[in-house]
Amino acid sequence: MFAVCATPDTLSGLTWLSCYLTTGKHFAFYGAFGTVLLLLAVTAPVALAFGFGGAVAARSRFAPLSWFGKGYIAVVRGVPDIAFFLFFVIALDQGIEWLRHKAKCPDWDQPIRQGNDFLVCPDAKMPLSTSAQWVHEAYGFWLAVFTFSLVFGAFAANVLFGAMRSVPRGQVETAEAYGMTRRQAFRRVLVPQMWVYALPGLSNLWMVLIKATPLLFLLGVEDIVYWARDLGGTKTPQFTDYPHGDWRMWYFLFLLVFYLGFTRLSEIVLERLMQRLTRGQATLGGTSGRDEAPGMTQVGPP
Amino acid sequence: MKSLILTTAALALSAGAALAESHAQTVRMGTEGAYPPYNFINDAGEVDGFERELGDELCARAELACEWVTTDWDSIIPNLVSGNYDTIIAGMSITDERDEVIDFTQNYYPPAASAYIAASPDVDLTGGVVAAQATTIQAAHVAESGAALLEYATPDESVAAMRSGEADAVFADKDYLVPVVNASGGELMFVGEDVQLGGGIGLGLRESDAELRDKFDAAIQTMKDDGSLNEMLLKWFGDEAATF
Repeated sequence: MFAVCATPDTLSGLTWLSCYLTTGKHFAFYGAFGTVLLLLAVTAPVALAFGFGGAVAARSRFAPLSWFGKGYIAVVRGVPDIAFFLFFVIALDQGIEWLRHKAKCPDWDQPIRQGNDFLVCPDAKMPLSTSAQWVHEAYGFWLAVFTFSLVFGAFAANVLFGAMRSVPRGQVETAEAYGMTRRQAFRRVLVPQMWVYALPGLSNLWMVLIKATPLLFLLGVEDIVYWARDLGGTKTPQFTDYPHGDWRMWYFLFLLVFYLGFTRLSEIVLERLMQRLTRGQATLGGTSGRDEAPGMTQVGPP
Repeated sequence: MKSLILTTAALALSAGAALAESHAQTVRMGTEGAYPPYNFINDAGEVDGFERELGDELCARAELACEWVTTDWDSIIPNLVSGNYDTIIAGMSITDERDEVIDFTQNYYPPAASAYIAASPDVDLTGGVVAAQATTIQAAHVAESGAALLEYATPDESVAAMRSGEADAVFADKDYLVPVVNASGGELMFVGEDVQLGGGIGLGLRESDAELRDKFDAAIQTMKDDGSLNEMLLKWFGDEAATF
């Protein structure tokens, strides 16, 4: 990085540290923070969409759809995350390859399972084994996003299902009395009002999601925990220009500060969001709004 | 320029003939990246070490394009059989138990000594607590020796556990331990006898991948024949390294 870093064994103190902290390996570590933040930024809305879909399905009057929604919530919430991450991702990956195999190599005569080996034709590989390494990493990342979304979507579905039921019955009845269809009442009255009931549950989920990101390493994505463990491990002079002892404690301390800072920031933002959502709502958070709301007294038959 | 065009044309012709094969020519090399001097991540963040140099040379000789991939040691065999990469080149000893699940090439590293290190010379190696990396031949050996086995995901963590007093000794490949002992400035030492384990180190491949195994086998043989493998062993493991 810097010119002085060419001869690290002659350096000491801050100069040594500044060279040490700017090795290619450390930039991979810093980049991994980006990976984690990107995962959160993508997973949160996708999981929320999964949750919304799951909740709507579970509420459906059409029985099979309702069973599907309730089944999704029950099964995914009931399976330990770690088992889900270890099993589901492998199954999903092999499932995709199996489908591609069926579509692309109809003439393939060898069995896909040979003993322990899972073999599809080279064209069905996902991604192709000829693709660059970054394609493999991107694919792994999207598998991770999908798995996280599926897991957290089930919890979000349960939260939203409960929130939809918490909206006072009178609100929906009034909407129907005004001649809105069930669908219109759902879209115009129920959904805008349910968020305030859902927010405490959803904010919990967001916190858990932040803390669950180290599971990325299980999925083969080189995340911050992987790099912290590798960088912090004892380094002997033969294999690095920057030998040091067991520094894992410092690296993990840094991760601890990062996670604490990030969850604190989230708490502040969520609190603001809560205040904004409860404005003018007939809930404990915003009861005052009920009395002050202009025009409330004028609502009624002319 | 003319010769370049000619070569390209010749390549295109031969590529047309071997189109089906040319797709399979990218080989993904799976390694751990936490086991110096065999394999480790260097300061630049790339895979480095004896196996990196060896693997690149083998791929050049076998005319394969190789990509390096790192993975956790624990899941290194499951990821191979499910096709996430094509070889394991990660200091993996050839054992009967592993041979039932995957195939090995001939060894590119002779049967190697494993050794105990400890902070004092009088530790109890058969009744005390011994740390080793999980799912290695060394861990299996400790379990049979009667000592209490502490398993860790990486060899570095097993050494750290011994330093912090959780374990009395560490049992690992001697080649891994030599730099650790040298760098400790007399704090750590070898104790007990060296133990010969396994049938040397080879490349692991899927059992259904006989063709690729034969290619690597032949490439290893040419490196043994012309002495370049021995040179590489001496370069990475010091003058006392076992050679062919």
